[in-house]
Amino acid sequence: MSSFLSYVLSGISLGSIYALIALGYTMVYGIAKMLNFAHGDVIMIGGYIVYTALSTYHFPVWISIISGMLSCIIIGVVIEKVAYKPLRNTSPLTVLITAIGVSYLLQNIALLIFGSAAKSFTSVVPKEWTIKTSFVTISGETIVTIVVTVIIMIALTLFVNKTKTGKAMRAVSEDKGAAQLMGINVNKTISITFAIGSGLAAVAAVLLCSTYPLLSPYTGAMPGIKAFTAAVFGGIGSIPGAMIGGIVLGLIECLSKAYISSQLSDAIVFAVLIIILLVKPTGLLGKKINEKV
Amino acid sequence: MKIKNKAFRDKLTTFILVIVLFAFAQTMVACGFASRKFEGLLVNLCVYIILATSLNLVVGISGELSLGHAGFMCIGAFSGSVFSLALQNTITIWWIRFPLALIVGGIMAAVFGFLIGIPVLRLRGDYLAIVTLAFGEIIKNVLNNIYLAYDKNGIFITLSTENSAQYKINSDAATRVEIIKGAQGITGTPKDSNFIIGFIVLMIALFILLNLVDSKIGRNIEASRDNRIAAEAMGVNVTRTKMIAFVTASFLAGVAGALYSHNLSVLQATKFDYNLSILILVYVVLGGMNKMRGVIISTIILYALPEYMRFLDKYRMLLYAIVLILMMLLNNNARFKAFLAKISPKKAIERARDKKAAEGGDR
Repeated sequence: MSSFLSYVLSGISLGSIYALIALGYTMVYGIAKMLNFAHGDVIMIGGYIVYTALSTYHFPVWISIISGMLSCIIIGVVIEKVAYKPLRNTSPLTVLITAIGVSYLLQNIALLIFGSAAKSFTSVVPKEWTIKTSFVTISGETIVTIVVTVIIMIALTLFVNKTKTGKAMRAVSEDKGAAQLMGINVNKTISITFAIGSGLAAVAAVLLCSTYPLLSPYTGAMPGIKAFTAAVFGGIGSIPGAMIGGIVLGLIECLSKAYISSQLSDAIVFAVLIIILLVKPTGLLGKKINEKV
Repeated sequence: MKIKNKAFRDKLTTFILVIVLFAFAQTMVACGFASRKFEGLLVNLCVYIILATSLNLVVGISGELSLGHAGFMCIGAFSGSVFSLALQNTITIWWIRFPLALIVGGIMAAVFGFLIGIPVLRLRGDYLAIVTLAFGEIIKNVLNNIYLAYDKNGIFITLSTENSAQYKINSDAATRVEIIKGAQGITGTPKDSNFIIGFIVLMIALFILLNLVDSKIGRNIEASRDNRIAAEAMGVNVTRTKMIAFVTASFLAGVAGALYSHNLSVLQATKFDYNLSILILVYVVLGGMNKMRGVIISTIILYALPEYMRFLDKYRMLLYAIVLILMMLLNNNARFKAFLAKISPKKAIERARDKKAAEGGDR
């Protein structure tokens, strides 16, 4: 029983990380109507920047994390301006291929700079934060991950629903043309969305690498794809959906690793995606949109 | 003699191009200019051309992005190899067994293509990309763990290493034949592939693809790509049409996989990863998407270049990434297009027509 509980906890913690990454996908998809394939690799870059700041320059943890977030925000916005913005009115296929190109570019840049050998990331959470009871041991990383994710989710929901910028974001996701006519700066709004998504990617990177301390140029790819699965599961475009989808997916992954097969857990997670698309393509909280001619 | 029918002339040009290239390469081999390694590479070149042209049917002609082409190839490679190994002693004539292995590989891949297509092709948007990507990972993951063997008591198949280790102790060692050895993959597939067979398969594949594109179904596929709603209004069953394109492409990828596996001494699932799918996509994109001949030429160039430019090996993937991005950006850049139009008047007319079509067909 206690081992089951610890699997559930690590599932929720992994799921929270997926949820943070899924937010980046879901917000960008909601507003720019594009699948930002490079999001997973922004996480990886964020991980490397925080790693370099911590291990090479020995900066304090909070400075490292903030520098990681700022760099990711800059990278995200630059990618959007250079690669995605010129293609805004072209076919989705064009944008998708460009996004794959960007993802590949980031991976290979990291490969050239940092090499293919995995770096071991020192956890940013102090060891003393671990809670030990006679029943179950909860690592500090798990607690921090869950708390940080909950705080970010609440803050983001408030931001989108209560602030003027959030209102602009919702308007742009409904109808770009009409939003522009209402005096909303569409380009700025899309940039802000990318900035938020990339900033969250850096946070996710720190949490991910603290829990699973191996960092390589391919670290971001798999969590990125799984987080997208989570976003589809929860209903793409919906913020609470990303949270639910992420946690459910994290639980599925950890429990199948524990009870079914550790080698096949990835296959099981992706099989879930295919089943969801078969049964409920709009996801748990997604809205069905009727297309107008 | 001037051939009036433009589509037919187009097809003929493509076939002649491939035949001339084949004759050239075959002469090189026959005259002894080419090494043994070069010959092996030629088979793989045929494999890659089949893969790239079949992916072009999905990406270029049908306008859906598939990122799991390596997965279909992997299924074809494994099922083809298993077929050959299992029936090695039953069908001893290789020229009967090998085509059957190719067809088995193709059919297995097509079945999976169909199963993947059912949930995905009903949906709009980028779902096919992510699902095919996921599918490629599932296939790689499962085939990397599968253990298949038989002995006098029957067939044994498992996904867990404990079970296969147990089986190795319990089964009858004298009659046991291991076909798929988990992560070690398949060894000892009969080496039935050679360049001439590769070429014949390639010609058949091109014949299927070019005629499919230039048929009623092909026009339906293009119509569904350009404007789904308009195509539906004209009575085209879009899901079914896209399914035909996707399943055909999967079939050919499976055939290519079987061709590939019969040219290898060790077949491992990890070779068929995401990078391979992307590599094929780069061939298609650089070939100009939806132009079959362009895809063939770009595959040959991109396949041959790295072999002769080993010093760039470290930067190869980086260059591919930049090529992908630049191709997309420049193709959609009005100023660059105007510049191209300035230097080539004939292209300008074509481009203007393409642009008109593209504007009319905003999905």
